[in-house]
Amino acid sequence: MTVPPAAVSSNAVPPATVPKIALKGVTKHFGHKKVLNGIDLEVGRGESLVVIGGSGTGKSVMLKSILGLLTPDSGSIKVDGEETTRLRSRDREKLLHKFGMLFQGAALFDSLPVWENVAFGLIQGEHMPRAKAKEIAIAKLGAVGLTPDVAELSPAELSGGMQKRVALARAIADEPEIIFFDEPTTGLDPIMADVINELIVQCVKDLGATAVTITHDMASARKIADRIAMIYQGRIIWTGHARDIDNSGNAYVDQFVHGRADGPIKMQIKAL
Amino acid sequence: MGFLAATGRAFLIFLEATGRLALFTGSALSHCVRPPLYPRQILRQMIDIGYYSLPVVGLTALFTGMVLALQSYSGFSRFQAEGAIATVVVLSITRELGPVLAGLMVAGRIGAAMAAEIGTMRVTEQIDALSTLSTNPYKYLVAPRLIAGLTMVPLLVVVADIIGVFGGFLVGVYRLDFNAASYINRTWEFLHPIDVISGLVKAAIFGFLIALMGCYHGYHSKGGAQGVGAATTNAVVSASIMILVWNYLITGIFFSTK
Repeated sequence: MTVPPAAVSSNAVPPATVPKIALKGVTKHFGHKKVLNGIDLEVGRGESLVVIGGSGTGKSVMLKSILGLLTPDSGSIKVDGEETTRLRSRDREKLLHKFGMLFQGAALFDSLPVWENVAFGLIQGEHMPRAKAKEIAIAKLGAVGLTPDVAELSPAELSGGMQKRVALARAIADEPEIIFFDEPTTGLDPIMADVINELIVQCVKDLGATAVTITHDMASARKIADRIAMIYQGRIIWTGHARDIDNSGNAYVDQFVHGRADGPIKMQIKAL
Repeated sequence: MGFLAATGRAFLIFLEATGRLALFTGSALSHCVRPPLYPRQILRQMIDIGYYSLPVVGLTALFTGMVLALQSYSGFSRFQAEGAIATVVVLSITRELGPVLAGLMVAGRIGAAMAAEIGTMRVTEQIDALSTLSTNPYKYLVAPRLIAGLTMVPLLVVVADIIGVFGGFLVGVYRLDFNAASYINRTWEFLHPIDVISGLVKAAIFGFLIALMGCYHGYHSKGGAQGVGAATTNAVVSASIMILVWNYLITGIFFSTK
């Protein structure tokens, strides 16, 4: 399916009924492996959606397709009602101003000190003077519970939890409308994971942003989500309110939520 | 049949790689001339390539000039042509050895570092992070390195030329007992501007190729530490081979007698 390109106009405010993000029939394959198999998903304005699913089910590929880091083979991805799959690079850069992303491994720039990481989008993307951007960066570091003396350190000097916090500060620094969280609690101890979850909830609430989180950590999902969607073999097989997750009536969701080895989901032991 | 299929497959892989490199080069070049440029990044790369490569390039040039004088003396003295040593040293250094050896040393030092840095950024999702922060990775990572390579390697070669000729002078005067003034006279006598200019044109192209190979292999690296290691090796090997091939082609263009 080919979709005509659409210009992105950041000024026009779409009506409230238009979903913030809408995916329809999105497919993507790598070699012979079909990773996305027709994703249909809508995320409402100001909503926090958590997408759960096992490893290798296409969660990250879906997020990267929405951001335009990967180009889907077919299907439609709309942001604020405007088609984004065939955007030119300049329009894509403009569109990405709306987004913030917390990467799984933090993905901090190790050649820059912490404050410059946080202020990166402000300095490079919005051409803000460095002194002013530094002030904002230090304020954002404060918002994620880090003191100003951390600002001058290099990312390599920080613990995993602190790196996640810095990455979170970077994701919220230029106050995006949409924030993606890629496995925000992976690799953290349970207490630090909860701290990060609370920070995410707080930051999203303060900004009034739309949030999409992908995770396989159910504690994290329950804490962050308004709505939960489950992805399996490249399709969304269930969506529902976060409070309904324990009574989904879906055997796949039940197996995942309770972490059982037996059930309809068979683990892929051998790589495809 | 199996042999034909394997040949065809190898050919297709070659075409695919060539096409991907051509697209990468085109895209990178277009970002070199379209604003915004990143002056801080360009300056940082210029210092890395130009300033920090000075010791290794200088030492290489010094010893090359010295050994050149020594070797040509042992050869030329067999038919009483010692007087040509200064000319041989200056022409060899400016036309060939200055740019080629400086290029190879910079390929080892800078090409490897670029591939490793960009490759690590790729596998740790830092390049994706750049994109999500509305910064084009070609503009921020690739264009400054290409610009710095293109401008700094010729400057390094100017230094290498001077140090190389000085190396020859040292051996000529202090070891082979030439008269200093006549050695310098001989150096200038047969040197034409085209000798130096051709070397500098080579240097600019080599600098571009080194940065291009470092960025290209780093940008397309995958698979963690092993992938970054492979990217680094490929960057140095491909840059070195390209330097030698282009050196022949450019020499052919400048000094073809037919």
